[in-house]
Formats: sequence, structure tokens, C-alpha cells
Amino acid sequence: MTALGFPILSLMLAVPLAAAIVCLFVGDRAARWTALIATLVDLALGIVMWLGYDIGGAQWQFTEHVDLFGRFAYALGIDGIALMLIMLSVFLMPICIGASWDAIKTRVGLYMACFLLMETLMIGVFAAQDLFLFYIFFEAGLIPMYLIIGIWGGTNRIYASYKFFLYTLLGSVLMLIAMMWMVAQAGTTDIPTLMQYDFPAGAQTWLWLAFFASFAVKMPMWPVHTWLPDAHVQAPTAGSVILAGVLLKMGGYGFLRFSLPMFPDASAQFMWLIFALSMVAVVYTSLVALVQSDMKKLIAYSSVAHMAIVTAGLFAFNQQGIEGAIMVMLGHGLVSGALFLCVGVIYDRLHTREIARYGGLAINMPRYALFFMLFTMASVGLPGTSNFVGEFLGIMGIYQASSWVAFICTTGIILGAAYMLYLYRRVVFGELVHDDVRAMPDLSVREWALLAPIAAAVLWMGVYPESFLAPIRGDVTALTARLAASAPAGDAQLTIGKPSLTEKGAALHDATGGQGH
Amino acid sequence: MNHDFASSLTLIAPELVLTGAGLILLVWAAFFGDRHATGISIAAVAALAAAAALTSLAPADGGDIFAGLASSDAFSTFAHVLIYFAAAVAIIIAPRFFRAHTPGGHGLMRAEYPILIVFAALGMGLMVSATDLMTLYVGLEMNSLAAYVLASFIRTDTRSAEAGLKYFVLGALASGILLYGMSLLYGFSGTTGFAGIAAAMDADFSGGLVFGLVFVLAGLAFKISAVPFHMWTPDVYEGAPTPVTAFFASAPKVAAMALTVRVCIEAFGPTTFDWQQIVIFLALASTILGAVGAIGQRNIKRLLAYSSINNVGFALVGLAAGSQAGVAATMSYMAVYVVMTLGSFLCVLQLRDANGAYVEDIARMAGLGKARPGLVAALAIFMFSLAGIPPLFGFWPKFLVFDAAVRADLLPLAAIAAVSSVISAFYYLKVIKTMYFDEAGDDAPDWDRASHPVESGLIGFTAAIVSPLGYLAIPALAFVSGNAALALFP
Repeated sequence: MTALGFPILSLMLAVPLAAAIVCLFVGDRAARWTALIATLVDLALGIVMWLGYDIGGAQWQFTEHVDLFGRFAYALGIDGIALMLIMLSVFLMPICIGASWDAIKTRVGLYMACFLLMETLMIGVFAAQDLFLFYIFFEAGLIPMYLIIGIWGGTNRIYASYKFFLYTLLGSVLMLIAMMWMVAQAGTTDIPTLMQYDFPAGAQTWLWLAFFASFAVKMPMWPVHTWLPDAHVQAPTAGSVILAGVLLKMGGYGFLRFSLPMFPDASAQFMWLIFALSMVAVVYTSLVALVQSDMKKLIAYSSVAHMAIVTAGLFAFNQQGIEGAIMVMLGHGLVSGALFLCVGVIYDRLHTREIARYGGLAINMPRYALFFMLFTMASVGLPGTSNFVGEFLGIMGIYQASSWVAFICTTGIILGAAYMLYLYRRVVFGELVHDDVRAMPDLSVREWALLAPIAAAVLWMGVYPESFLAPIRGDVTALTARLAASAPAGDAQLTIGKPSLTEKGAALHDATGGQGH
Repeated sequence: MNHDFASSLTLIAPELVLTGAGLILLVWAAFFGDRHATGISIAAVAALAAAAALTSLAPADGGDIFAGLASSDAFSTFAHVLIYFAAAVAIIIAPRFFRAHTPGGHGLMRAEYPILIVFAALGMGLMVSATDLMTLYVGLEMNSLAAYVLASFIRTDTRSAEAGLKYFVLGALASGILLYGMSLLYGFSGTTGFAGIAAAMDADFSGGLVFGLVFVLAGLAFKISAVPFHMWTPDVYEGAPTPVTAFFASAPKVAAMALTVRVCIEAFGPTTFDWQQIVIFLALASTILGAVGAIGQRNIKRLLAYSSINNVGFALVGLAAGSQAGVAATMSYMAVYVVMTLGSFLCVLQLRDANGAYVEDIARMAGLGKARPGLVAALAIFMFSLAGIPPLFGFWPKFLVFDAAVRADLLPLAAIAAVSSVISAFYYLKVIKTMYFDEAGDDAPDWDRASHPVESGLIGFTAAIVSPLGYLAIPALAFVSGNAALALFP
């Protein structure tokens, strides 16, 4: 069944699910501990899986297959890309539980159950090898997230929860219809088979658009990104972490797993649509982020900008671009999650996210300032941090596809430095003017324990990215090979031609009759 | 001939049991009155269970009853079981409600209620077995007459009386339309049997037959409350006593839908392309109007009325495919829909304040999630399921009907219906939002927290079916609905 002798993916799905059911029926304290233990067990299982993953081995590993109801199958299996995203999910989950430890005081059991259910569904999305199984996992995530935002969110939570739910649902139902057509056409629901299936070029256009409707919303791409700032701002801290950290990656994963390999011709045809939307998003949302007065909103807009680099990188159709996009997804998952945690730390103390209410935190919260600094720098893409690797690779890939797009995307990085450093300066530097801010204590042991692992991972990814690139390399190569036939030629292909003579040189050449040497 | 008669009697045994039970119970009620209402209810449920058992035990290949007047086959068995189940539930949930609402206030349910339900179930059983216009009409009217009385069952309540009157007037109009269509079909084909009509349509589909088809479908659309023949639904659902509303939303819907399917496939089979256009229109109009119309509703029963219109639209998407898979999908849809809608109404029936008054205003349910967490969790499951969000079981029948439509090359229909399901998700979410997210206001009712074992058990049972556990039932559901569809496609 698997290299490990037991169905590890099913186990990883079952542990949080079982814990979620337990959480519904026990007291607050027991629910917190159950959730923490279950997520840590899943993290341990994830590490076992990563260690057991055979780099360079079969494309699909840890596969499980049980036929269900004749229409679809309970088929699980992962490649390197899915492995990395599952690792990101299981790594962030215990941190989310820890972040909610004291902040959530009402209906704790239901809250923990929602989070554990989210974990099951996220792992399921990345591990599903059956089209409809994927859809069920993908869509089911709406219910717990709706409840998390709606019950434990901020003042405007109801509007945000509706917007989140209906936006994403609208995108997904069109994808469902497209999936049904694909299955009727190809006669299989098996994702690896469909990734090699050649759909008629005319149909690809429509199918691509239907999938795009879903993934663009999930990603989120400009102009359908507006649900994200609302959802982020209103969600509780851990909700924002999981939203930014993992849920947004489902859009990118969808492009990687469905749009690109299944509809390569349509992907090439729509490359410029993606590029155009990405360019607008990078510049526009960065500028919007600059003028935000709410910390969470600022980080939310920065997420949209970072995700635009992901989409542009994915549709660069080359190894560097796609690898870079995946690295940005992983790096952004860690960094934006950490930034939301940093906001949560001071929000728990002062209960406001207004940037202007803070200032001078470096004086009374030096350890906090250090962590915040590290994650700010990582978000900016400083070399040595996770995001640098992804952004550098991604823009290299984009440059091969189009130098203009690369140019615009690079301005996004400059703007990113501007809004992040501006945020950091206003919150952390300066004088301590407010007495309530002066009274804020530095990081507690719990908060320290939440931020330190992310900081370590961010540095690891920045200093030795090979650990993360190695598992995905083979899969990206396979993908680029699949795309090679339809990849458009870039405008920046530097070629080494023969040396040619100038006019003057030619005249000289003629004058000497070619005998000059 | 004698042998045919004997076998016909065997095949129609469920209807005979219900007829006999209904008449005996009527005499019982006449002699002993409302004091024996409980005993009569139990006997009525037992009769329905016996009828369900008989129909399930009938030979699967079935056969003609009384020389083509009706037919017993896998399709009618499937619909029978659903109808009897829904009718039994409607009897079980009634006593507590009527005790609070009896005129004169002697605290008893009126004994006629279970009897009327039994007669309605008998009519519905005839409807789904009918293979002849005469049987069809007799069954339909038998059901309708019982339903008109049931709608106005609380005589002292003006809303209930108004509901009954509206239902009667509009129902009579629809029956007239249906009869006119049937007379046209008879006049131009020379027969009232479905097979004969199909043969006539195959030979020459023109003139009166076209009009007949349109009028018959319009009459049936009224019975399933498909847009544009839906206007009675919200008023009747709001005014009728809640157990009766639960009944209206489940059993007659299944019966009328099954009847529509059978008429379309068996009588109008040769003209699939023609009736498909009508059904597509009905499906689209119902899904869209059912979704949009519900948004502004403040009363939970009205909201569920629009939800039923919306759901009928989705079931019609399966029929619009005109294929065997489509019919199977429609029947699966109705099966899951019955469970979801009965569960929702069961929950609504629990919403009483400490004085025993029923709360129907959605806004007043704010903060209910804290007062009655178990009940609200069940209602949330039903709402998410009606919205068709996976992994709840309500997703599965939607999946089936869309899949059938896609395979029949009706992509635009599937896409528009899918988008309207997003609109409908909005108002289901609204109910969940009010219960879970909103804080209780000052005028919040003092909720009756007593739980009643039978009703709680039924809620738990229906919620378990609708929860992801329901997926375990897919092989069985696929088998019986597939057989049912096969019976119509020889």
C-alpha cells in the first residue's frame, strides 16, 4: 500500500477528524489539549512521510485506492508539490491551535473542531487523486471557515463570512460542471490520468475558464480579491493564519494540478490574461497596502501582491518560474502566517489593529520587535530568508517569458519593501507615546514558542532551499515537459549569434581583400 | 381473465390495505372521537408501514394492473416507500403541535388528521402507479381533496383557513387545466392509456396533441409547484399547520414529481425533444425564482416554501436530461430532498417558547445556538445540506442531476442551475447566521428546552442520513433509483 507499510495519508486524515468529533463533546480545557495533541501527531506523521518520501522515485507515492460507488474513488497519493504543501499545513496547524489558546473563550470545543476539520480537508485537497474527491475536500472547507469567521470574528464578521462563502462557492460550482464534462469525455476521474489526457483545443478554453473562476477567487487574483481583506480582518488570528498560510495555496495548487497540465493549450492562450491580472495586482494592491491604517488589512493586501507573483511565475511555463512560484507559496505561507501572529500578539494586548495606536514597541517589547523584524524582512524578500529564493527564481522564470512582466513584478518587490518597512517603522520604532502601549508586556513563553519554529523554518528555507526544492524538482520537470509543446516563445531569449561586421569593418575587410591577417 | 384479476389484486395490495385501514379508522373515529386519536394515529402509521412492506415485497418485474390502468414496477415501489415514509412522519410529529392548537382547547388532536393523511397517501400511491389518465386523475384528486382539508385543519386560525381556500381555488384551476389537456390527448389519440398516447404521438405529433401535452404539463407543474405555477406555495406553506406543511413539502412533492416523470417518459416518450424544452424552462425558472424569492423572507416556513420550489427545479434538471440516468438522478434527488425537508420541519417544530407558542420569525431565533446547541447543529446540517455543500449528503443528488444534464449535453442548463444554487446558499446561510452568529435580542423567546424522545430520535435519524454518513447509503440508493429508472425505459 505504501512505502511505510501503513496508509499514512488516511491516518493523517483520520487523526484530526476523530479529534474534531471528540472536541465537540468535551470541556474547554480538554478540547484545547485534544486539538494540540492531534495536530502534533499529524505533524509527526507528516515528518515521517517527508523522511519516507523517495526523491527521484515514482511520481506518485503513498498511493491508496478504494473504489467507491462506481462514480468516484477514494484515491490518495502525493507528489513532491503536494508533499510540501501538506507539510506546510501540518506545520502551521499546531501553531494555530496555540495562537487560539487564550484568545478564544467562547464555544471552545466547536472552535477546535472546526480547525481540526479544516486540517483534514486541507490535507485531503492536496492528497486527493480523484477529481470529485478533490472537489469534495476543496468545497467542504467552506463550512468550518464560515463558522470560524462568523462566530469568533471581529465586529463586521457577518458581512465578511457571507462574502467569503459566496465568492468561493460561485467559483467552485462552475468548476464542478467542468469536471463533470471532463469525466464524461475522458471516462475517468483519476487525476494523474487526466493530467496526461489531451482534451480538444476548443473545449480546453471553456474548461480552463471554469477552473479559472474557482482558482482565481481562491488565489485570490485581482479583481476578485476583495473577499480576502474582509475575511482576514474579521477572522480571529488563527483563522487569518490558516487562511493566508494554506487556503490561498489551494488556488495555486489548483493551477499547478489542473489548469496547466490538463489544458496546456488554453493555458498558453490565456497566459497574457494571467500576466495582465498579475501585473495589475502587484502594483495596485501594493499601493493599496501602503495607505492602510489597519495592520491586518495591510498584510492581506500584501498577500494579494505576493500571490500575483505566484500566478505570473506559474504561467511562465518554465522550470524556474514554476519552482519559484511554489517556493513563494511555501515562503508566503510561513511569513504571512507569522505576520498575522505578530499582529495577534499585540492585538491580544490592546484590542486594536490601528497602526497609529502603536509605536515604540522596540523599547518595551524587544524580543517581539526582533521576531517582527525578521518576518518583515522575509516578507520584503531579503536574501537569506524564504521569500527571497522564491521571488528570485520566480522573476527569473518570468523574465524568460516576458521581460516587461518581470519588470513590473519587480516593482512590486520594491513597493513591498516600502509598505512593510513603513509598517514596521510606525509600529515598532519611534517614541512610546501611549501609556497603555507602554504597559504592554513582552512575548510570553507561549507566544515565543509559536514564533520561534516559524522563524527557524523561514531561515532554513532561505539558507538551504535545496531541502524544499529537491522534492518538487522532478514534478516540475515533468510539468514543463508536458507544457513544452504549447509554451509560447519568450521575448527575452538571449542567443549567441555569429559575430557580424559593421559597415566600417566590412569596408576595411574589403579593402584588404581579405588578406589582412 | 380471472387470473389477471387475482394478480391485479395482489399487485395493488398496498392500496387496498390503505383503503381498508382508512375506512375502518374513519368508523373508529366516528364512534370514539378525539379521545382515541393516539390509537388511531398508531394504527394509521401501522397501516402505512404495512403498505410499505407490501409494496417492497411485490415482485420487482411487477406488471399491469386491471388491464393497463396502473402498473406496479420498481419505479412505483420506490415512490411508494418514500411517500409512505413521509406520510408516517407527518402523523408522528403532529400530536404535540395540535394539542397546543385544538379549537376548544381540550388538549387533544382531532382524530381525522391521521385518517386524512392515510387517504392522501392512498391517492398518491395511485398517482405514481398510474399508467392511464383516468387513474392519474382519480389519484391526484383523492390526494388533493385530503390536502385541501388538511391545509385548513385549524379551523379557528384565519391563516389556516385562508391557506385551505387558496389551495382549493388554485388547485381546482390546475385540475381544470389538467383535465382540459387530458381531454385533448384523449380526443386526438383515442385512448387514455399512456402506451396508446405514446403510439399516437409517435405516429403524428401535431395539433391537439401538442396542446394536450402543454396543458397536462402545466397542470402537473402546479402540483409540483414549479415556477410559473408556484404562487400558491408560500401562502399555503405559511398558513397551514406546521406538520401539514412538512407533509405538503415531502410526500405530495414526491408523488407529483414521480407522476410527471412517468407521464413524460411513458406517455410523451416519443416527443422527448418537445417536452424537454418545457421542462428545461420549468427547471430554470424554479431554481432561479426559488433562490431569489427566498432572500427577502422573514418567516421560516415561507423560506422553506421557496426552498422547496428551488429544489423542485433541481430535480427537474435531472428529468430535463430525458435519459435513464436523469430519471434515476431525479428520483435520488427526491429521496434525499424528502429526508432533508422533513428534518428541517422537525427542527422548526421544536422552536417553541416556554408558553408553548411556536416561533416562526427567523429574526427571533437569534442566539438559539447557545440555548439549544444540539437542535441548532441539526438545523445547520439540514441548511448546509439543502444548499448542497459537500461533504453533506445534499451535495450528492445535486451532483447526480448536474451530471445527468452534462451528459445529455445540456451544459448551459447545468451551469445556470449551479449558479442559482449559489444564490440559494445565501438564504440558507442567513438562517445559520441568525442562529449561530447573532446575539439574542431583548425580545428573544424563553426557549422550551424540553426534548421529546420520538421527535429527537427522528431529528437524529434524518440528520445522520444527511450528514456525511449518508454517503454509505449511495450504493443502495443508486441501485434502487437505477432500477426505478430502468422500469420506465424498457
